Amino acid sequence: MKPGYYGKAPKTLMPDAAVLSIRNVSKTFGQRRALDGVSLEATKGEMIALIGPSGSGKSTLLRSISALQTIDAGPGEIVAFGGPVQKDGRIDSNVRKTRTRIGMIFQQFNLVGRLSLFTNVALGSLGRINFWQAALGLWPAETKQSAMSALHRFGVSDYATQRANTLSGGQQQRGAIARALVQKAKIILADEPVASLDPVSARRVMEILRELNKNDGLTVLVTLHQVDYALRYCDRVVALKAGKVVYDGPSGGLKREQLIDIYGPEFEDVFWEGAPT
Amino acid sequence: MSVSSAVPPAPKRSLAQRAPDLVLWGGLIVLLAIAFRPAELSKFPLLFTNSGNMQELGRGFIKPDFTQWRLYVSMMWLTVQMALWGTTIAILAAAPLGLLASRNITPAFIQIPVRRFLDIVRSVPDLVIGMIFLVAVGPGPFAGVMALAIGTSGVLAKLFSEAVESIDRGPVEGVRATGGHKLHEIVWGVIPQVAPLWTSYALYRFESNSRSATVLGLIGAGGIGQVLFDSLNAFAYSNTAAIVVVIIVAVSLIDMLSQAIRSRLL
Repeated sequence: MKPGYYGKAPKTLMPDAAVLSIRNVSKTFGQRRALDGVSLEATKGEMIALIGPSGSGKSTLLRSISALQTIDAGPGEIVAFGGPVQKDGRIDSNVRKTRTRIGMIFQQFNLVGRLSLFTNVALGSLGRINFWQAALGLWPAETKQSAMSALHRFGVSDYATQRANTLSGGQQQRGAIARALVQKAKIILADEPVASLDPVSARRVMEILRELNKNDGLTVLVTLHQVDYALRYCDRVVALKAGKVVYDGPSGGLKREQLIDIYGPEFEDVFWEGAPT
Repeated sequence: MSVSSAVPPAPKRSLAQRAPDLVLWGGLIVLLAIAFRPAELSKFPLLFTNSGNMQELGRGFIKPDFTQWRLYVSMMWLTVQMALWGTTIAILAAAPLGLLASRNITPAFIQIPVRRFLDIVRSVPDLVIGMIFLVAVGPGPFAGVMALAIGTSGVLAKLFSEAVESIDRGPVEGVRATGGHKLHEIVWGVIPQVAPLWTSYALYRFESNSRSATVLGLIGAGGIGQVLFDSLNAFAYSNTAAIVVVIIVAVSLIDMLSQAIRSRLL
């Protein structure tokens, strides 16, 4: 694989066209505003960290992008690859097509525990293969091949026949990323992908995400609890606080004052390996 | 941390917090007292004073008469085959009905009517359903099979839907996020999670249907039940005892078999 900075040039889009646009999106749960007029654009090949304290709306934003939940009715709109995902509180009827191009990584991995790791990864092809083949699990040769090569690439092909729930968290998360790869996703949304992992597995997963971003040209949007990970692995950081974007810029520009503003005076707690002074 | 203040006392439940419990248990005791006379519990001593009748019945039971064992075993086998088909048809009906009756995957305007429909199916006694099929297809095992199938599908669909309602949403969202169809979400996200429970319920119903099929003999649905009631009506207690032994052995065998299947699947 040849390392290309920010991947290959996009074919159908302008070089700096947004692959993902979030425009004025709000989401209310009962009385609580989880998202409050959030706007965000992601260009192809970006690696963006989404940070902020618990309950700031990071997960809600990612779940809205993959239409796992609706946004509030109103002017809010989410567009991916030029096609609508959801708008005015309604999920677009063609969302399944869009979803196939967006891989989702979850904190709890969300593999199907009783199925083998291989089957879990093969599920990545559900949206692009024949409906009945997908329903019956008659995976086409191409699915099998890309599933095994994705597992091999992330060093978990030895566990292909094992049930997912018998594997460690790090192995499951690498399986989940392999599933996104089989999906041929162009955007990866990772919702606290390392929060349930030990530091060694966590670094491994972050390095895989970074590699997918640099070598495969995937756009990665990752929510992180550990700000040092955001600074180390991502070029751009978007910080949310109480559902509002309070910082959007290069990770280098995130200094002590901004962090105190986002997390309060105890901001050192959100660093695993030492806070900046 | 400085511990200058006194340790707080252990939590105590106030009367207001205990009131619901008292009402519940008190109500149950009152209800049992009311039901004492209608249920004829006062006849309890008869069990001991009339022990002579019991002894006579017991004597017949002590010497089971197995001379017709070939008939009993073949009839028991027929009953098991009825139960097998009745349960299989019920599973095929209960799987979609159970999914449609689950709050977490079916919209309310479908889920609630399906639930009510299942309530109705379950509340009709198997014997009544059996009579209906007896009229429709004539006496014989098929009427029994259909009676079992309908009754069991009502119960299984409810149990299946309860299993579906307690699944973990995460894996289903994982499948959804790949761009899979709703049916793919069910096949790959829901079914693998409920498979052990569904199998367990289905095996249990097969077991209990092998017993229920006996009762259906009462209305002429064939099988061991018919032979059982014929011998009871003829006061042939030794034969009855032999039949009961055959039923016990058969049900135990089925129980052991389903245990083995269950432990392999879980």
